[in-house]
Amino acid sequence: MTAGALFVIVALAAGLGIGVISAGFDRILTARLQSRVGPPLLQPVYDVVKLALKEPLIVNAWQAFCACTTLAAAILAWVLFFLQSDLLLVFFVQAVGAVFLVVGALAAASPYSHIGAHRELLQMLAYEPLLILVFIGMYLETGSFRLEALFAWPKPLLLRLPFLFLVLAFALIVKMRKSPFDLSSCHHAHQELVRGVLTDYSGPLLALAEVAHWFEVALILGLFTLFWPDGGVGRFLLPVAAWLGVIAVDNLTSRANWRWMLGCAWGLGLGLAIVNLVWIR
Amino acid sequence: MRALRRFIDRMRAKSPWLLHFDCGSCNGCDIEILACLTPLYDVERFGVVHQGNPLHADLLVASGTVNPRNRKVLENLYAQMPAPKVVVAVGACGLSGGVFRDAYNVVGGIDRVIPVDVYVPGCPPRPEAIIDGVVLGLQKIARGGEGR
Repeated sequence: MTAGALFVIVALAAGLGIGVISAGFDRILTARLQSRVGPPLLQPVYDVVKLALKEPLIVNAWQAFCACTTLAAAILAWVLFFLQSDLLLVFFVQAVGAVFLVVGALAAASPYSHIGAHRELLQMLAYEPLLILVFIGMYLETGSFRLEALFAWPKPLLLRLPFLFLVLAFALIVKMRKSPFDLSSCHHAHQELVRGVLTDYSGPLLALAEVAHWFEVALILGLFTLFWPDGGVGRFLLPVAAWLGVIAVDNLTSRANWRWMLGCAWGLGLGLAIVNLVWIR
Repeated sequence: MRALRRFIDRMRAKSPWLLHFDCGSCNGCDIEILACLTPLYDVERFGVVHQGNPLHADLLVASGTVNPRNRKVLENLYAQMPAPKVVVAVGACGLSGGVFRDAYNVVGGIDRVIPVDVYVPGCPPRPEAIIDGVVLGLQKIARGGEGR
């Protein structure tokens, strides 16, 4: 019992740590690529603490409920992943979190919030099928959806599922809301309709949504570790490589429209995934 | 308790999100405000992020003269910002109406409509002066705790 609780606490700390470092390094790296110095590494923590202590301007009770559910689902998905539960269970729990963020945005009256919510739905339409195909590929190769079995798989999945690795990296771009697929909400005021899906989340609710995003990113980065067997440096290097690739793409591209995003996700993403699935069968 | 208070104030001072509103400026001040965000001045070093949403902003940086049309927008933006918040008026027009103060359609400076915490004079002020003004505003948040 105590060991279990301790394990959950370690999982929470690891998720927070990965999320903060990912967000902090992202801002520093992006600043360096633009010949700027950039904020300190812990800037995302400062932002979230400040937001949590701002005056709560809550639009309605539904939105507050949705923000809490988004965070709860994101944390639960990450903890389930960390406890080596079932891959499909993790997938469905994270999908619940993503949906509630959209429901919360739709609960507000602001048209900007609605546009952001619709765009977030399109983003989900782009990355959710890709995620499930990656999981199916892992199942076909290892014969199990259990994370225990996947973590213990002795051979590198990367060599058998190289295209699915790329597909997961694609899903990471969409999930991290990075250019060219930052349709629903991006970090830069100059190319956003107010603040997209996060327009009406403010103060403490925005802090909840931000922390939920950290856990979501940590989960997707964690999925990359499945592509390499235990004990190898690859288990650490693969998520880092994918993350660096996403930041590079973010800085090299400008925002695409939603048709282009769905075309890429369904054409290129599903195409690559299916080629890989046919190949391993 | 005091340590906690200090920690909270420090977090607030380290993460100022800025909303920029041009009341009716000639764009001289606005170009200087935006220059603060460029690689040369890079205010993101101090955690300053340019926000397009008053609900997320801590600092309102306003420039230009207020007229009967845009005063409603200015009041609306200010009302939407959650406390603690600070207003920085930038440029001669934002301070007093500047050379336009006697024009028939000019109400005056920003402080005729909403309470202003920091005044940054100049026509236009240099980016260094604007950054100075923002830092003064942050000190106000950090010192006052609750701000306004």
